[in-house]
Amino acid sequence: MSAHDDVMVVDARGLRCPLPVIRLAAAARELPAGTLVTVLSTDPAARHDVPAWARMRGHAMVGDMLGETDAAGTDAPVWSLTVRLGSGA
Amino acid sequence: MTDTTGPTRPSSSAGTPGTGTAGARVHLDNGGGARLHPLARQALLQALDDGWADPHRLHTEGRRAARLLDGAREAVADVLGARTEEVRFTASHTTALRAAVLGTAQARRRTGGDVVVGGTERAAVLHAASAASSAHGGARVVVGVDHYGRVDLDALTAAVARPGVALAALQHANGEVGTRQPLRAAHGAARIAGVPLLVDAGASLGHDVVPDAWDLLAAHPADWGGPAGVGVLAVRQRVRTVPPEPEDADPWAPGGVSVPAAFAAAVALQATTADRAAEDERRRRLTDRVRAAVAAVPDVEVVGDPDDRLPHVVTFSCLYVDGEALVTELDRAGFAVGSGSACTASTLEPSHVLAAMGVLTHGNVRVALDRSTTDDDVDRFLAVLPGAVQHVRDVLGVAGL
Repeated sequence: MSAHDDVMVVDARGLRCPLPVIRLAAAARELPAGTLVTVLSTDPAARHDVPAWARMRGHAMVGDMLGETDAAGTDAPVWSLTVRLGSGA
Repeated sequence: MTDTTGPTRPSSSAGTPGTGTAGARVHLDNGGGARLHPLARQALLQALDDGWADPHRLHTEGRRAARLLDGAREAVADVLGARTEEVRFTASHTTALRAAVLGTAQARRRTGGDVVVGGTERAAVLHAASAASSAHGGARVVVGVDHYGRVDLDALTAAVARPGVALAALQHANGEVGTRQPLRAAHGAARIAGVPLLVDAGASLGHDVVPDAWDLLAAHPADWGGPAGVGVLAVRQRVRTVPPEPEDADPWAPGGVSVPAAFAAAVALQATTADRAAEDERRRRLTDRVRAAVAAVPDVEVVGDPDDRLPHVVTFSCLYVDGEALVTELDRAGFAVGSGSACTASTLEPSHVLAAMGVLTHGNVRVALDRSTTDDDVDRFLAVLPGAVQHVRDVLGVAGL
């Protein structure tokens, strides 16, 4: 996990479902409500599962974006999925 | 064909205590591939003896095969409320869907090239819609669905009313999550627009009453206990179609169909129609029990409409669970289930149905009950499931998330 401009970043590139959501949930547990967290994922399922997880846990989906390919690793396109943490469910 | 199915459990014993003996395998993955109905098996064996000849031939054996095939068409037409000549057998459900989309788009190419489809249609429909629309300079128009997987009726109505639509396709009910579509309203909108509606009854015929709200209809015998290797395509006489393949004596099933398979499919459909009301009540009671028990497992979401659905399908997604690991764990415990999770398929992409609904695609389990599924089978499954989910979560170390 790393911080960029007050957004915590969880790097889950190269991990298959359900691991990106699990890494995101583990990071979210340590963070206060209102924090923005972005998970980076090369798994296309994360694009659907991060919003579903946010809904189930009371977090708000802020945005999703398909970025460059993961040249260093899987060579797959990288999804960048951002949530604003709720008060925790 | 060798008999590897072991002892057949006759459907008449369904619900009898003691039929699901401890340790016996329980097959809960019947969607699209149920065990042969006992009467279908009997009919198949009979037709292998009586209907092996080419039904196009004029000798006694050929005519006998032709009579079996005609009888099968008549039986299916009777269940559908169609004329015998409107019903054809095809090589598979998939080829029936493709022929319906491509053949209608070809016949209506001067009207336009667009094909309107629901967002949770089968992949065969979505791919055929892409091929047909691009062949005729149109576009595939995908109509979104709600959280239950039900198509947006206003958007569908607007989409078919636009100029240039060759056909629309909507399933009667979704085989992955069980949700029924608003077929009568959709057919009404399509009829007003003058657009033929293809209804995919592949998950519903043999289980549910298919309303008389279609212009073309495709169905899937292996889903109701008929044999694999045969499909059904029904086309109303008023609908213009052009066979999509090069000329053949059987233009909608090039090379002909298996007469024994078609005959057995029709016998199974008659049998499932005869006990439909009782089986509907029995299987709804069992699926309601599964829905209630599964919802009590922590972080498990039951998906699909709770009421307006197929009688025999229940689907749920388990948060923080690897679908492949859960299917394997349940299999080890003796239960065969389906899954729409990406990690259970040979592809990275998860089920487009779950994705369109906005529900979790990982940790997904689909249970589809057969007529031979007993109360005891379901009780044993529900006794094993929470522990299996917990085990998979423990392996991933997700406690407290």
